[in-house]
Amino acid sequence: MSFQRYDYDVIANWIEPGERILDLGCGDGSLLRYLSEVRQVRGYGVEKDPERVLACARNDINVIQIDMEEGLAGFDDGFFDHVIMSLSLQAMHNTQGILKEMLRVGREAVVSFPNFAYWRHRQAILNGHMPVSKNLPHQWYNTPNVRFFTIADFDDLCAQEGIAIHERLAFDEDKVITDEPNFLASVALYRLGRRETPTG
Amino acid sequence: MKAQHSVGIVVPQTAHFSDPLPLKSGGVLPRYDLVYETYGTLNAARSNAVLVCHALSGSHHVAGVHADSGAEGWWDNLVGPGKPLDTRRFFVIGVNNLGGCYGSTGPNCINPATGKPWGADFPFVTVEDWVDAQARLADRLGIERFAAVVGGSLGGMQALSWTLQYPDRVAHALVIASAPKLTAQNIAFNEVARQAILKDPEFHGGHYYEHGVVPTRGLALARMIGHITYLSDDAMGQKFGRALRHDKPVFSYDVEFEIESYLRYQGDKFAGFFDANTYLLTTKALDYYDPAFDYNGDLVAALGRAKADYLVVSFSTDWRFAPSRSREIVYALMHSDRRVSYTEIDCPAGHDSFLLDDPQYHGILRAYIDNIRL
Repeated sequence: MSFQRYDYDVIANWIEPGERILDLGCGDGSLLRYLSEVRQVRGYGVEKDPERVLACARNDINVIQIDMEEGLAGFDDGFFDHVIMSLSLQAMHNTQGILKEMLRVGREAVVSFPNFAYWRHRQAILNGHMPVSKNLPHQWYNTPNVRFFTIADFDDLCAQEGIAIHERLAFDEDKVITDEPNFLASVALYRLGRRETPTG
Repeated sequence: MKAQHSVGIVVPQTAHFSDPLPLKSGGVLPRYDLVYETYGTLNAARSNAVLVCHALSGSHHVAGVHADSGAEGWWDNLVGPGKPLDTRRFFVIGVNNLGGCYGSTGPNCINPATGKPWGADFPFVTVEDWVDAQARLADRLGIERFAAVVGGSLGGMQALSWTLQYPDRVAHALVIASAPKLTAQNIAFNEVARQAILKDPEFHGGHYYEHGVVPTRGLALARMIGHITYLSDDAMGQKFGRALRHDKPVFSYDVEFEIESYLRYQGDKFAGFFDANTYLLTTKALDYYDPAFDYNGDLVAALGRAKADYLVVSFSTDWRFAPSRSREIVYALMHSDRRVSYTEIDCPAGHDSFLLDDPQYHGILRAYIDNIRL
């Protein structure tokens, strides 16, 4: 397992030692493994794919094989300190439903996604092709992604859904982007919370 | 892939216990025998023992073969050198539960108080009683703490119960194709099976041994009902469909459809060796099992004592103990802050899937067991 992904450090910085963590779409469990090593979290992963579930078992990660598109009905309100969805939101159909569920079972949600408005992606479209990049590695005909959205779109959705943005970090590879993130950042990470009254 | 082979010829052993065993029903077994088998070697630290708990019709004969009958253990595909539960690393124990009919003290044994077979007078035994008896066997074998307790179906309930009754004596529990308690439908199937036995004219109130008869018709019927619930609709459809013996209907109550032939064969075969009183007792043990009963139905509260780590496995086509029943256990364990992993194996064979060697299923078991630290 590699701990190379730069977003792991960002996520770790948002987490206190010993927290309860739920990682939705946990893959082979490497993020949870990292968080258990650097933050001693009590972590559980959710994964649908049998191969990845097997990888989690090999990596000694708690994994629960359910389809999160069907919601998190078995999970109690507010049980987790943080519910993470790392680079998977764009592959979910029920975007609003899952965000709502994340903030129901978790005190805060951590979400990262590839920014479709990244300048190289815009350039690809201008040149007449769907973008293919490090963070969008698939061709249009075999991508698992089903929702195509930008940092600006996600900000709008949060406002509409009454989701508080506690923190947002944008990156171009491992470089932090502060100016014009919707143009210059390839990936965004959000720390989200519940707003008392929806604004939308 | 590691080379897999059988543990080879195995010989059952018997442990005699003369300390009375208090039972959950209020009864007491004054003395009793437990027949068991072991595979592999207990290490010097005594830290590598794994207990395999059997289900309704299982026995202590988990792996290997018996020299006389050639009978292979019921979970031989799981237990052996190079197999997911690797006997080169673990010391594995299979034990026939109390009330059984494979050598441990049960209704077909002599009641010391009367000098006759216990029959219907054998006390009700529960999952908790079985676990208590297994713990005494562990004491006898010098095992303070199991690396794992493993079981499918009713065996899974024993594995779960171990972690609640003896939280300091189990490191890992593998709870497979199981449920935290039976549903009304589960109990209903058990009740039909019991009525088939109880209403057999040769049951004689459970004292058929003295009459030299066996309620085989009732027991066969009970097994037929059970078999329907162990298979999925799809598996039964694929295996038998509407296949006819005579290619066309002959308008008879004799065997016409192949599924009828199969069920009758399975029923008769079972009635030829299994004990009807054991069947009655075991289905009642299933019905009564409910660790949350003393906690107002709150399973999370019931699991509060547990200290083990868990693997919970279900099968997509199991409708006897459906995946949703396993998820009840998983969520309760998670909300009790236990380490737990859960997988739902896509396997067409229904409840009986837990006895098969589906690659994904055995892959998960192997991966989980390999990570058990001794």
